[in-house]
Amino acid sequence: MSGLLDLVKPRRSLSRRKRADRLFAACGAGAVFLVVLWIGFLFASLLVRALPAMTAYEIALTVQLEPEQIPPDNPRRGNWRGVLAQAVADLLNAEAQTLDAELIPSERVAAKLLLSKGAAAELRSLVIKNPSWLGKTGTESARTVFLPVSDSLDQYAKGLLVPSTQDGALVSPKTAELFDQLRQAGVVQRKFAWRFFVRADSRFPALAGIAGAVKGSLLAIMVCLFLSFPVGVAAAVWFEDFAPEGRRTDLFRINVYNLAAVPSIIFGLLGLAVFLNFFSMPRGAPLVGGMVLALMTLPTVIVVSASALRAVPSNLREAALALGASRQEAILHHVLPYALPGILTGTIIGLARAFGETAPLLLIGMTAFLTSVPEGISSPATALPAQIFLWADQPERGFAARASAAIVALLIVLTLVNLAAILLREKMEKGRSR
Amino acid sequence: MGTLHAPRTIPTTPPATNKKKNLNPRCPKPRTRFGFLVSCGLSLVWAFALMALVLVAPALARDTVHIVGSSTVFPFSQAVAEEFTGLTEFSAPVVESTGTGGGFKLFCSGIGAATPDVTGASRLMKDSEKELCVENGVASVTEVRFGFDGLSIATSQEAQPLALTPRQIFLALAAEVPQDGNWIANPFSRWNEVDASLPNEEIIVFGPPPTSGTRDAFLELAVVPGCDSFAETKSLDKETRKQRCHRLRSDGPFIEAGENDNLIVQRLVSDPRAVGIFGLSFLEENRDKLRGVAVNGVEPSFETVRDRSYPLVRPLLVYVKNAHREVIPGLEDFVAAFVDEWAIGESGYLLERGLVPLEATARAETQEVALSAKPLF
Repeated sequence: MSGLLDLVKPRRSLSRRKRADRLFAACGAGAVFLVVLWIGFLFASLLVRALPAMTAYEIALTVQLEPEQIPPDNPRRGNWRGVLAQAVADLLNAEAQTLDAELIPSERVAAKLLLSKGAAAELRSLVIKNPSWLGKTGTESARTVFLPVSDSLDQYAKGLLVPSTQDGALVSPKTAELFDQLRQAGVVQRKFAWRFFVRADSRFPALAGIAGAVKGSLLAIMVCLFLSFPVGVAAAVWFEDFAPEGRRTDLFRINVYNLAAVPSIIFGLLGLAVFLNFFSMPRGAPLVGGMVLALMTLPTVIVVSASALRAVPSNLREAALALGASRQEAILHHVLPYALPGILTGTIIGLARAFGETAPLLLIGMTAFLTSVPEGISSPATALPAQIFLWADQPERGFAARASAAIVALLIVLTLVNLAAILLREKMEKGRSR
Repeated sequence: MGTLHAPRTIPTTPPATNKKKNLNPRCPKPRTRFGFLVSCGLSLVWAFALMALVLVAPALARDTVHIVGSSTVFPFSQAVAEEFTGLTEFSAPVVESTGTGGGFKLFCSGIGAATPDVTGASRLMKDSEKELCVENGVASVTEVRFGFDGLSIATSQEAQPLALTPRQIFLALAAEVPQDGNWIANPFSRWNEVDASLPNEEIIVFGPPPTSGTRDAFLELAVVPGCDSFAETKSLDKETRKQRCHRLRSDGPFIEAGENDNLIVQRLVSDPRAVGIFGLSFLEENRDKLRGVAVNGVEPSFETVRDRSYPLVRPLLVYVKNAHREVIPGLEDFVAAFVDEWAIGESGYLLERGLVPLEATARAETQEVALSAKPLF
């Protein structure tokens, strides 16, 4: 008896074991805390940096679109800078009583000091979109438009730049004071930066947006889905249901599984050599980008689909076959629907990874500067991560906030995609258990 | 996984009677034929679409101008591309920053829609690159010099103002320096060891990596002239001279900071002892945080670069593939827009981006060369 009791008796005291237990749990909780802290820190710092890009200071200008300045038949060749200089001079005259006289700059430099360098281009594209504004004279030719203020003043207003009297300073205290008075007069307003969401890239921070890059990314991802999902699922089905047992199949399988671990830049090199140089497909097109990303996602889709198929209870398949279904019927009607939630989750996660990928796109030219939103899968485009890379390397200050905002946009898209994957899976699994 | 495989012995064709009678109303009739047709149809459509993608895509003619090349020329190509889009009906040009060497490699890879039309360079085309072009059928290329660009050396605003000469730059940064007729590994670790007039501060210089055109220009314009100012250099043969004068130290004081100039700016701000080397636009854009380092007594600024009193100035060029001129819509107009007075003239919009314009006569010559497609070789 005593011998048996000795066996049951704990080696260590109960309190020590409980303490070790608590410590073990605390380690886990600590790890989670660290992860949350890091992610929180990352998100917070990104959001703080991105916030300035969400608003823009704009100046309300009344421009005179007289035919002698802007020829109605060829508005592109109009004297846009002249129109703006006149409009700024008029504005300062009209506000003369609310402004300190010594702050008002000479007419020659006023537009340059206050307005963004891209204001002329912005006004031009605005008028080209509204041709009915042209061809009028006198007061009828006047239009009130909101145009972005200069990059430095925008930075100053957001507290990112301190005026200084030193030579070559970006904002002098005098200009800053004038700007503040214009703000009090209501001429300069802080507005939501809608351009950031609807425009393609620009060399002016105030006019640059992510729409072009987002569309380029989505087009590439669509091509990627279109290629990798059918091929991946078909390959997984073959591996799980049709492949003959043997060394050759194992070799195939191991090769495919290893491909999933190949660095993405290798797929970019492959795309460069095969798609661009051999098939001479257009450089920088979402079509090629999507094909390269599909090569990269394919192994992931195969691996995930194969394991989802493997997780289907074998009696489901066997029951179907026993009832006389062909193998094709058993797979299409019973096995695949059962495995679909897993397959879809895997595919979506693979696509999410492809969405954030830059390295392969760099090599096939999807990192170009483009001032228009891509039209289709064969027109040149930029991807969102490549856009972030481009903006981070620009000298203009305003691009730093834009890069952060683009990162936030990328993270939001990825979070939504992952959320969709989870919801889809839950919904389908609920449907399956019914 | 093998155990889950369907046993091969089970007969796979169902008896015909099963198909017709649907005994259990809750269990729908198996849609065998339908499913088969759908899957067959889908895979056919898919295969056709894939073939179409692969075969048709290259046949699509390109209707956008494609520019690659130097990251130094990139901001200027960007500006011209954006203005060009605003001024004409042509679709927006594609501008890629690939580095000067990478640009030439793509540019000289052949003729056709898959190859770029224009490449930017911050140095002249090398003979090896010309050979590559000719080898691949790029027979006629026009060289367009459109201006100059400044480099800058800078410190944080908090640092003491610094003024250097090429000789001091060479002594501080070269791998080997001459001393009493011998070449020895660079022994200096503080600025006042290089020259007693300089502050008693550690030498910490952030500069571009060897792959960067900025590095080549910095060596050519600041380090080599400093190297040549020593009597010991004169007696060296060409190869050794090149080796001695072009090699920067790798024992710590000179730090390769990667291609991103904004990173160097951030590091200068956080460490007032540090000195950085980058494009002039980055100094101009961060005047509130940075201070230029005078070279030969001249501070870097757009003005001193423009009047050529500041020595660190390099040429900017673009190369145009003449065989594409008639084929790619808008290329002719794009080249014209690039050399227009409105772009590269004395008050052109490229000056906003830090371009130093050519003299009026040189500019006229550039415009003539660019528009007449004068071949380089």
